Amino acid sequence: MARALLAVAVCAVALAACGGNNQNPGTATGGEATGGATAAKELAGDVKVDGSSTVAPLSTAAAELFAEQQAKVRVTVGTSGTGGGFEKFCNGETDISNASRPIKDEEKAACQAKNIAYEEFSVANDALTVVVHKDNTWATCLTVDQLKKMWEPGSKVNNWNQIDSKFPNEPLKLFGAGTDSGTFDYFTDVINGEEGKSRTDYSPSEDDNVTVQGVAGSKGGLGYFGFSYFEENADKLKAVQVDGGDGCVGPSVQAAQDGTYKPLSRPLFIYPKAESLKRPEVLAFVEYYVANHKQIAEDAKFIPLNAQQETELKAALDKLKAQAGG
Amino acid sequence: MSPTGTASSPAAPKGPLGRARSRYGERTVQVVLVAAALVSVATTAGIVVSLVPPTVEFFEAVSVAEFFTSTQWAPLFEPPAYGVLPLIAATFLITVIAIVVAIPLGLGAALYLSEYAHARTRKIFKPVLEVLAGVPTVVYGFFALRFVTPALQAYLPAGLQPDIFNALSAGLVMGVMIVPTVASLSEDAMSAVPRGLRDGAYALGSSTRLVAVRVVLPAALSGVVASFVLAISRAIGETMIVAIASGNKPALSFNPLDAMQTMTGFIAQAGSGDLPTASLDYKTIFAVGALLFLITFAMNFISARLVRRFREVYE
Repeated sequence: MARALLAVAVCAVALAACGGNNQNPGTATGGEATGGATAAKELAGDVKVDGSSTVAPLSTAAAELFAEQQAKVRVTVGTSGTGGGFEKFCNGETDISNASRPIKDEEKAACQAKNIAYEEFSVANDALTVVVHKDNTWATCLTVDQLKKMWEPGSKVNNWNQIDSKFPNEPLKLFGAGTDSGTFDYFTDVINGEEGKSRTDYSPSEDDNVTVQGVAGSKGGLGYFGFSYFEENADKLKAVQVDGGDGCVGPSVQAAQDGTYKPLSRPLFIYPKAESLKRPEVLAFVEYYVANHKQIAEDAKFIPLNAQQETELKAALDKLKAQAGG
Repeated sequence: MSPTGTASSPAAPKGPLGRARSRYGERTVQVVLVAAALVSVATTAGIVVSLVPPTVEFFEAVSVAEFFTSTQWAPLFEPPAYGVLPLIAATFLITVIAIVVAIPLGLGAALYLSEYAHARTRKIFKPVLEVLAGVPTVVYGFFALRFVTPALQAYLPAGLQPDIFNALSAGLVMGVMIVPTVASLSEDAMSAVPRGLRDGAYALGSSTRLVAVRVVLPAALSGVVASFVLAISRAIGETMIVAIASGNKPALSFNPLDAMQTMTGFIAQAGSGDLPTASLDYKTIFAVGALLFLITFAMNFISARLVRRFREVYE
């Protein structure tokens, strides 16, 4: 039975890839002229990507879409974590590093020591939405501390009135991401202060549908997942505003793009190496990534860049190409 | 698998008149049949072989004592905890609920079909009952989640409200799922009780109820018990219903209104994520699988013993 489930999971992944690919030609031809020109000649080779597991689905989506045009280029996406990714990157082992935070000073120094030049590309925005039952009238805004009280390791909170004495006596039922997901890593990182640290006596699932069913079916339910998933189920659930210290802000594409939805939204980065752009297959992949960033972000269920971020992304690409050429 | 069908005779390969061995077609047929029988043996052996190495490696990293005595199960979290008790407790709680539903219903149906029902009624009834066994378990799972749970939430009093995912609805539906196993196998065993025993009892003036309960049931006990054990094994191993309806919350609880995770539920949940092979997380799946295999193996062993113990031989 477990094997049957696995097969279903594999099919689902394959289908998602297919679905993305079907829409691909239309958008791809609408992309930049340079993208079209490089796509015309067939390239081959390996592009090594590693780093954050949160950004991995984004780069994987980019790799899958890119494979439609350049089937001979093999893009491998590793998940060593942001820190582990930079370690390899600054050691010259990878072409692109995925990161869910900007590069740190000591990592910059490590790269400099090995003469590795790069550019920071912000390629999408990530936002998590905290959801409650539709009939939950009390929890319109929760602070990060209150969320931490619910989710921190060893937490014994099991009633809403333990969070705030003004909340009613209603059992708190927690639903959340499974440990395999980037969502879990991200949520535990920003709420509990360390990636992977969470109370364990809740209903975890890799499938956000299960979380939707759980919260929609429990009056005292609370769960979290990506914003795009909330949008699809907005008729069944209510999103909670989050107070990260500067007042209550509800999740929205706008709030995620301008960074006011804190701390549950953040930009996601890739760091391509200048030297690697001399290889046509890496150049083609990075150009493809930049030209189609919107579709890639939507495919991987992230929030696309805003207009200003988009301009910055194009500028960063030009700067990196100049470095590689010089 | 069916413990009732153990009537084989040692002289089988020889053909009715002893001339069979000269025909070479006979030999081919025999080889094909042996191969068919060996497939199930080989599969079992293959499962054992594939379970053992990762399980051994798992217990090199996690002590047996922690595995069986700690009450927290969080192998994929940081820091991990490997107490399998919550999974075992959930598995047995849900199995008990299922058995409480399935044994009275199944046994009742079997007695009715075998002793009370008209031959024509039985001809219609029994296949219909067996259709229940053919319903895919994923359908039962959604039936539990989308029909039984809301019904429980609507009819249970305020203090006894079940969670959206709960052990009770999974157990109840699982009980319905195994009714055909109990009913069909028990009915077979009851039908096999010689006519003469019933006729004797009726001749002494017994009512149908007395014949059913005092004569047929004891005479068929070996088959009936075998059907119970088989049903329990199915309940322990059932995955889809619990994966869908009972939730994935591995908390040690004996409250059937709570969400909980069974051993099979854990395997399904962990197996459908993307665990790196060779990691300890991955081996955890095999350790739980090996435990599950041992439990069902023990159940089948007990079943074989009970069948022998209660066997009544007539003729």
